[in-house]
Amino acid sequence: MKFASEFRDPVAARALLTAIAAKVDAIGATKAKPLHLMEICGGHTHSIFRYGLDKLIHEGIEFIHGPGCPVCVLPMARVDECVEIAERPGVIFTTFGDAMRVPGHRKSLMQAKADGADIRMVYSPLDALELARRNPGREVVFFGLGFETTTPSTALSIQQAAREGLTNFSVFCNHITVPEPIKALLDDPDMVLDGFIGPGHVSMVIGVHPYDFIARDYGKPLVVAGFEPTDLLQSVLMLVTQIAEGRAEVENQYARVVPEHGNPVSIAAIADVYERRPSFEWRGLGEIDASGLRIRPKYQAFDAEEKFGIGYATGRRNVPEIEGCACGSVMMGKLKPTGCPQFGKGCTPEMPLGALMVSSEGACAAYWQYGGARVAAE
Amino acid sequence: MCLGIPGRITAITDPARLMAMAEVSGVRREVNVACVAGNDLDALVSQWALIHVGFAMSLIDEDEAAKTLEALRDLGEAQETLEQMALSQEALA
Ligand code: SF4
Repeated sequence: MKFASEFRDPVAARALLTAIAAKVDAIGATKAKPLHLMEICGGHTHSIFRYGLDKLIHEGIEFIHGPGCPVCVLPMARVDECVEIAERPGVIFTTFGDAMRVPGHRKSLMQAKADGADIRMVYSPLDALELARRNPGREVVFFGLGFETTTPSTALSIQQAAREGLTNFSVFCNHITVPEPIKALLDDPDMVLDGFIGPGHVSMVIGVHPYDFIARDYGKPLVVAGFEPTDLLQSVLMLVTQIAEGRAEVENQYARVVPEHGNPVSIAAIADVYERRPSFEWRGLGEIDASGLRIRPKYQAFDAEEKFGIGYATGRRNVPEIEGCACGSVMMGKLKPTGCPQFGKGCTPEMPLGALMVSSEGACAAYWQYGGARVAAE
Repeated sequence: MCLGIPGRITAITDPARLMAMAEVSGVRREVNVACVAGNDLDALVSQWALIHVGFAMSLIDEDEAAKTLEALRDLGEAQETLEQMALSQEALA
């Protein structure tokens, strides 16, 4: 165990692990009958694996890896639509690097780029804006992707484009929200979750109150957490303490970054530019009510779906996912990545079949990267 | 993409567009400060912020910045973000 060298504060980590164990024992949870705690955010999944928290923690706790990686939940049909836009003549298609390798039915963006489409990896939508300024004769499209953490960045970029009167900039909007899929998971009759580790940076934008329904209507505790190992352990301790005391509340472990009411400028920009879609498709989870955002009519000129007549604008939806991919069951916590027949065979990080293998925040890629020896032992 | 990276704001570059220069792990990068700007833009200079895809999203203290950066390095996210910043510069050409 590389315990001491891996943790900046091993003493605090050990104390937290001991305190968690005492609570879990008091609750009576065991390896056979564990508490199921879902970490919603892919950053947390990555951190749990990186530091081996799932192995260090009392065996009466099982982490379920939630749908909180925007790349992982991107349906194939949306990737196909990206490729379709990118292959139009005159288009410069800009995207975060994370999305390049997500498989589509025909090809990934990476393959489309190799085939000659002008696809550029950018760090920020601001860079896409700059490309539009510098290339007035080209259509610059930004692939807007992500949860509430990145949504303000595209909203502010669209507002800026409108102020400058840019006519060759648009956003292919795939922004999604965290609370709605959680509600969908909680409504699933097979779901056995006992509590949630809430996302840190999403909550920095939206605050802690959008999760109130989880405690109020479903009686499950949620603790918003930072992603350092001691943050995560502290949050687990707060969760098991609530469970031991029979409480279900929304608590904030990450108050040093997450204000109770979020970031008002971000919230205002999102509300100005976006409205909810009636529903949006999630890879493996299907269409979820009100879980996606689209650009409001007043900013229609910046909506790539409208500009290129693509996506939800066409009503042509529901393209089936690939055979044999168990991404959906893994995301719902019904199956471990290793339980997927494709894991390590048809699906590896080099040649991903499902999206959970693409990003280091995906449960399958995390298992693969950090779990080789463990998987063999299981 | 989902995790922010700490950077120190070093100068206001374009007050009208709310743009500032930030230093992120030794790399200089222009960022938007709309989400953290108060009435006095100059007060941001020398402050630490969590930067998400080119936008300063939250002001943090120096200690929090150091701890966050360390965790991001452990996760390989810091290197990835810096690579993406460099790639983005190429994409603009
Ligand atoms: S191994 Fe691949 S196909 Fe199977 S669930 Fe994971 S990502 Fe999906």
